[in-house]
Amino acid sequence: MTYIPISPRERDAMLETIGVKSLDDLFEDVPAKHRFPKLDLPPALTEMEVLDELSGLAQANENVHSDLISFLGAGAYNHYIPSVVDHMLRRGEFYTAYTPYQPEISQGTLQAIFEYQSLMCALTGMEVSNASHYDGATAAAEAVNLAFAQFRGKRRKVVVSPTVHPQYRAVIRTYTQGMDLELAGDDPNADLESSPENLQSLVSEDTCLVIVQYPDFFGRIYDYTKLIEAAHAKGALVCVVANPTALAMFKTPGAMGADIVVGDGQPLGIPLWYGGPSVGFFTTRKQYVHKMAGRLVGETMDSKGQRSYVLTLTAREQHIKRERATSNICTNQGLIALGTAVYLSLLGKKGLRQVAELCYQKAHYAAAQLSKIEGMGLCFSEPFFHEFALCLNRPVEEVNAHLLEHGILGGYNLGQDYPALKNHMLIAVTEMNTKEDIDALVEALSEVSHD
Amino acid sequence: MINAPEQTKVKIVEPTIFDLSSPGRTGVTMPASDVPETALPPEELLRPDLPLPELAEVDVVRHYMHLSSFNYSVDSGFYPLGSCTMKYNPKINEDTCRLPGFLYTHPLQPIETVQGNLALMYQLQEWLKEISGFAGVTLQPAAGAHGEFTGVLIMRAYHKSRGDHKRVKMLIPDSAHGTNPASSGMMGLQVVQIPSDSRGNVDLKALEAACDDTVVGMMLTNPNTLGLFDENIEKVIELVHNCGGLMYGDGANLNALLGIVRPGDLGFDVMHFNLHKTFSVPHGGGGPGSGPVGVAAHLVDFLPEPLVGIIEEGEDDMPPLYGFVKPAKTIGRMKAFHGHFGGGMVRAFTYIAMHGPDGLRDISQYAVLNANYLQARLRGTYKIPYDRICMHEFVAEGRFEGSDVRALDIAKRLMDYNFHPPTNYFPLIVHEALMIEPTETENKDTLDAFADALIKIAEEAKTNPEVVKSAPHTTKFGRMDEVKAARELVLCCWLPENYSDQ
Repeated sequence: MTYIPISPRERDAMLETIGVKSLDDLFEDVPAKHRFPKLDLPPALTEMEVLDELSGLAQANENVHSDLISFLGAGAYNHYIPSVVDHMLRRGEFYTAYTPYQPEISQGTLQAIFEYQSLMCALTGMEVSNASHYDGATAAAEAVNLAFAQFRGKRRKVVVSPTVHPQYRAVIRTYTQGMDLELAGDDPNADLESSPENLQSLVSEDTCLVIVQYPDFFGRIYDYTKLIEAAHAKGALVCVVANPTALAMFKTPGAMGADIVVGDGQPLGIPLWYGGPSVGFFTTRKQYVHKMAGRLVGETMDSKGQRSYVLTLTAREQHIKRERATSNICTNQGLIALGTAVYLSLLGKKGLRQVAELCYQKAHYAAAQLSKIEGMGLCFSEPFFHEFALCLNRPVEEVNAHLLEHGILGGYNLGQDYPALKNHMLIAVTEMNTKEDIDALVEALSEVSHD
Repeated sequence: MINAPEQTKVKIVEPTIFDLSSPGRTGVTMPASDVPETALPPEELLRPDLPLPELAEVDVVRHYMHLSSFNYSVDSGFYPLGSCTMKYNPKINEDTCRLPGFLYTHPLQPIETVQGNLALMYQLQEWLKEISGFAGVTLQPAAGAHGEFTGVLIMRAYHKSRGDHKRVKMLIPDSAHGTNPASSGMMGLQVVQIPSDSRGNVDLKALEAACDDTVVGMMLTNPNTLGLFDENIEKVIELVHNCGGLMYGDGANLNALLGIVRPGDLGFDVMHFNLHKTFSVPHGGGGPGSGPVGVAAHLVDFLPEPLVGIIEEGEDDMPPLYGFVKPAKTIGRMKAFHGHFGGGMVRAFTYIAMHGPDGLRDISQYAVLNANYLQARLRGTYKIPYDRICMHEFVAEGRFEGSDVRALDIAKRLMDYNFHPPTNYFPLIVHEALMIEPTETENKDTLDAFADALIKIAEEAKTNPEVVKSAPHTTKFGRMDEVKAARELVLCCWLPENYSDQ
């Protein structure tokens, strides 16, 4: 199969125009001994054959749509995606365009990103949003870059709550390894029951940023207002890593005084897709906009007096500032950001709140039922959204293996990240889980408990 | 809050989604709760309102359809944006990446339940290794720049692991993409710019002078952003290696090299791929991309964690068990989960599977044929500052003696002829650069029409420069006031002030 639309006759005419005899003659600058290697790859498949092969691979998975009932979350959530979202994402006008460098013929992408920015500001309670990051974890790492740059590298400590997603903390460690920065609080052995205010003791005059998660990795809801005030008193900025669905219901980080709000937009109409691509949102206060990484779309007017949109403040970015840029980000998650905008437009203020409340109600029903099982119980007593830590009386692997036999994808094994939470499972419940699903989980777990 | 500027008589072509909102509309009806009710948490933990727009499904569809009609795209026409490889994106990719088994799998599922995904990832790692000549590949990086950052972290970790702590300099040619110095800058490295010689190659004398025991390595795009394969590539790599540095290949221009030469064979130590350029993953109006990184044997232990590996070998009719493995001296994790599986890996896998070794070589041969053909057609009308056989792209100057028409004007005028403009003002070493990359998926008629348009514009620049300088004339939107955008900084919109739920 080929997508090359040039006939042999046309090829020969083109070679003649160029003034060479064969295609091979175009490659004489390539060292002869390495030129035209024989690649050991399988022979080409036709479209019919490739679809067959890929279908086979896809069917070798057990999916949470038709094979398994899922109670797995931990940063990626199984939500309902209205049909319209993918129909819009499959428009070639959107998905086969490049980054909108030529605004006259890219207003579709530009206005859509502008609206995405607006929707993210409304959701997080913040003033400006960029056009997206790769995912929630890299957005959190970019928050460190912003804060570090804001203090011109003079404050060299970042306080990270141990209840931030373990993979997010890992990415922050990766990103900062060349920065001569101290990461405090990033300790899986810390007291996980202590209130977030206790992080205050780690915040000093040398701290540029404090990072907390909302709801935290265990699903707990805290009002971070006091912590943020305390951090501000030391001159530090605060970044809240937020779940966007929860923001439909709970007090916004903006209202708590956060300086930066980041998170993963996957819950907003993006399929699980085995973890990617999703989209990292990044919102902040207007005063930090010049230090913020990523693309930014601003409103303007064209030569015909029409409201229109352009990429703006580009002087912050790598193609202008090169080694002095705050970030190297170039390609971001444009199409996925568009998907979340379509999703938010469809659900709107009532629909998104409804999804959040369904998650809340079902998760609380599940938690109440599960905690009745002898030998099991909720690990924490704080208010939670749609995820909670369940204490089991045997290893999580064993329990999950049993659940899988019943067609249930169990929760995340917390012991792999937190030694103190051995035999603890993080259970996520969304609007996709019916009462029947939850009752099946309760029944299967009761069996295990009594085995 | 950001104040909206005074809006006098501004024409609205398409209202924003917030403008279109009307109280009480909704686009989706969710099922009622089927569980006993739990009280909501205390009021002070809740938000008082959610200022999102309210629209019916049809309103949402029409809005985004209107917006889509404002875009130029590969599906609608020729998009010769240099260094971006805007090739046709096969439609079958859109179907394979949405197969339910891929779409609905959770990244943290037990490996036994996602063997299809893992087999695909393992195979893709192996194929990319074979195509590039590297010993190891990570699929985790989300985009090209993310891959660069990964590569630079690996280079730094390699030197550190050898107790070699004085290496702080990254050598980068003056023709490089901005992401190269930015990726190095993120690591606090000093960037040393290496000039190009008169034939567009790395200036060997300058390189030799910069090579010492403080060099981390060199980041080189080859073919470079002039579209030229460095005629001294082996010497360049030798100089960098001789001073203990590592050679980074920016794979942005790999579309010229498939089945032509493997960067690993040339001596590159590390390179990122752009699955969204070379391997037909669509650009999505600015992502998502996918930027896997390949490394030579001595760097395999530093790759990000986790990689996909074989946990248990297969037997006769039993396939192997695939799972995750952690490289011994890993730099860590680059993002949450496993990379752009659905959007990047499945599409690239589909594309490679449908091409095979001969098809891949055809891609690069025809990409290079098309670029040379266009260059030949334009030579004589436009100055080609580094004029020799090019690879998959070339750079012309968008200026003419005795005319004040600039590259930007030519770019805008091309829109009137229904073409997307080439990249302009890059690379920085060419005055008024027009960087043209046709890709292999364009036919001769399209290339001829594009060359004819550019030749016509060159003529207009002499006979009627105003028509070029005030272009575009036929597009829905005219030139933008970019100063106004930066000065007023209107970066978001809200529901109208008098909006109420009544």
